[in-house]
Amino acid sequence: MRSLIRQSLSLLLAMTLITGLMYPLAVTALAQALFPRQANGSLIVRGGRVLGSRLIGQPFRSAGYFWSRPSATAPRPYDAAASSGSNLGPDNPALRAAVARRVAALRAADPGAGPVPVDLVTASASGLDPDISSAAALYQLARVARARHLSAAQVRAMIDASTRGRQLGVLGEPRVNVLELNLRLDGLWHGRRTSRGLAR
Amino acid sequence: MTGNDWLQMGLYLAAVLLLVKPLGAYMAKAFAEQPNRVTRLGAPVERALYRLCGIRADEEMTWQRYAIAMLLFNLAGLLVLYLLQRVQGWLPLDPQHFGAVPAGLAMNTAISFASNTNWQAYAGESTMGYLTDMLGLTVQNFLSAATGIAILLAVIRGFTRRSAQTVGNFWVDTTRATLYVLLPLSLLLALALVSQGVIQNLHPYVQAHLLQSAAQTAGRAAATPATQTLPMGPAASQVAIKQLGTNGGGFFNVNSAHPFENPTPLSNFLEMLAILLIPAALCWTFGEMVGDRRQGWALLAAMTVIFVPLMIGCVAAEQAGNPALHALGVDQHASALQAGGNMEGKEVRFGIVDSGIWSTATTAASNGSVNSMLDSYTPLGGLIPLWLIQLGEVVYGGVGSGLYGMLAFAIVAVFIAGLMVGRTPEYLGKKIEAYEMKMASLVVLIPCALVVVGTAIAVLAPAGLAGLANHGAHGFTEILYALSSASNNNGSAFAGLNADSPFYNTLLGICMFIARYPLAIGMLAIAGSLAAKKHVPASAGTLPTATPLFVTMLVVTVVVVGALTFLPALALGPIAESLMLHGH
Repeated sequence: MRSLIRQSLSLLLAMTLITGLMYPLAVTALAQALFPRQANGSLIVRGGRVLGSRLIGQPFRSAGYFWSRPSATAPRPYDAAASSGSNLGPDNPALRAAVARRVAALRAADPGAGPVPVDLVTASASGLDPDISSAAALYQLARVARARHLSAAQVRAMIDASTRGRQLGVLGEPRVNVLELNLRLDGLWHGRRTSRGLAR
Repeated sequence: MTGNDWLQMGLYLAAVLLLVKPLGAYMAKAFAEQPNRVTRLGAPVERALYRLCGIRADEEMTWQRYAIAMLLFNLAGLLVLYLLQRVQGWLPLDPQHFGAVPAGLAMNTAISFASNTNWQAYAGESTMGYLTDMLGLTVQNFLSAATGIAILLAVIRGFTRRSAQTVGNFWVDTTRATLYVLLPLSLLLALALVSQGVIQNLHPYVQAHLLQSAAQTAGRAAATPATQTLPMGPAASQVAIKQLGTNGGGFFNVNSAHPFENPTPLSNFLEMLAILLIPAALCWTFGEMVGDRRQGWALLAAMTVIFVPLMIGCVAAEQAGNPALHALGVDQHASALQAGGNMEGKEVRFGIVDSGIWSTATTAASNGSVNSMLDSYTPLGGLIPLWLIQLGEVVYGGVGSGLYGMLAFAIVAVFIAGLMVGRTPEYLGKKIEAYEMKMASLVVLIPCALVVVGTAIAVLAPAGLAGLANHGAHGFTEILYALSSASNNNGSAFAGLNADSPFYNTLLGICMFIARYPLAIGMLAIAGSLAAKKHVPASAGTLPTATPLFVTMLVVTVVVVGALTFLPALALGPIAESLMLHGH
């Protein structure tokens, strides 16, 4: 028994050093050498200021920006230090009320834009979803063009440039990165697209 | 459902099944008693480790000694993890100064990670320092998975050894599982994930200046700084092993729904693949080690037969959308421009199909990580993950634990078949007698009892009802899901339930502990008893166990036990909710 205790403690210590220290530090070193931008959060930096991460959504409310999906993080939406979904069940009256409120707000902002795409009125799983569907971007096109005094075709071109198709042609869903699109509108996005969708 | 839904499901299944043979064969080599290419390569490291730890690699353990070694090792790991959380305020690498984790939450988390459950009552980005992540959580992610594999190896030796008193050496099995299987796969996966954007650093959290300030957003003129705090940390190294080791405890609160934990459809595919990879491949390893590969295929077939229809059902239910939203003028139809369906609690990059596959895989295996919020699933879409957990985590199941759980069901199945034809049941050349049958029954029934009794306690206690986020039938499902998840070492949740309360931290902690260790001891007892028996050559009266007939019997056994035990509870929860939702 005593030998088993000694063995268990020393093996735990050895394994802690291997899997808890050597392994994560090796991954960190390799990651920082091979993929430094991704390993550090895919940050978007302009003039020394961090404007956010390409992977983390931000809230937008003025007419001249494309709006992100509703976010359930508390105390404020898109609080990246407190990721959270709404966890409302499908039959919860609070969900129906929230969706009805969002539908009304979108209808008021974009009159005559047709049926409201579901992702634009439902909270994402993380509360930090950086993307909206193509349908959700097109729904807002007329409003943004009006507010910015741009033609629909100009805005459409920016949406297309910020759209990623299914990865490798099959995986996931087509999507529009909202922060990237809004940076394009502001003339702050200098990058070009690559097939991997990772270039700035 | 869309054509792409079918394509992605097919692609996922194909990838899992194609890797069964190469990985399974590799693992058979890694765990073989005869030296071979794999073990020779690692021999110097192994020898040095054993010398440092005072371990004799050739020591053979009885099943009792094996069980005690397993318990001591896990207990020590549990206590170290508890202490690390309690003192993290005094340790380095806690740049956000979170300070000590409260005692109840720390104990719940320690049991959760040691038992391979990885139930998440904590929110990673606001609770755990980087050193706790690395030295505590990551280590237990490895060691709890290695423990599962070790127990499985002992059970396999029960079948292969004849008239033997011993079932192997726990230290050697655990060490090899970690060094040869979990560590190299994690290293590869972690780097692949970083390439997609999963973070891996030791920096403090970053302040970002929002493009449109929060003040503007709220419509107020207040001049508050408009910033967003971006969490940082060594995420990729932990995410890789949490997926591969069927652990599932997230680096962040929302687990693999978080864009820093799962940023792209490709990272999602790799993480999903990692969930079922080892549990499925162990079936091949099993077949190879017992000297009859068809036996491994039969178990894998039984698992897959249960898995595939449930996966399709879950995706179909979610793609159909939420009837309550149709009436509000919301467009839930899938088209070239949107995934459609029930998008509450789902991410746009994953849409419906990647969320549905993930939720089915993570509950079929005892992984429990999520990339979408199960609490917001449609009633039938949520019923499927719940029921998969209740089947006892044997459909692929946990690393090691899934297969040894399935072997308990196989023992029950051959016993039932033996009763039907009036013969002494045998499995893999070993007679199944009263002792094995008693132990297998305990292994099958203990989790069922924990779920049912635990749920009854929680719905009767005011403290149990206090944490509900939804009410009515859905609230009942939240509680039933929590107890099912803890009592089968899964770890996923209907996360609206606030489980970080003294009541749930205690109740679920007890369930996780009992679901892991007594079951493991029961299986080791079976291993010891079988190892001591002689080999019975197959005769005309032997039920062949690698045939479609036996696969069917095994599937029926698993499904009938799961259905009979839980249908009444499911009727009160998701089934009642579905009727109400569609009746509006």
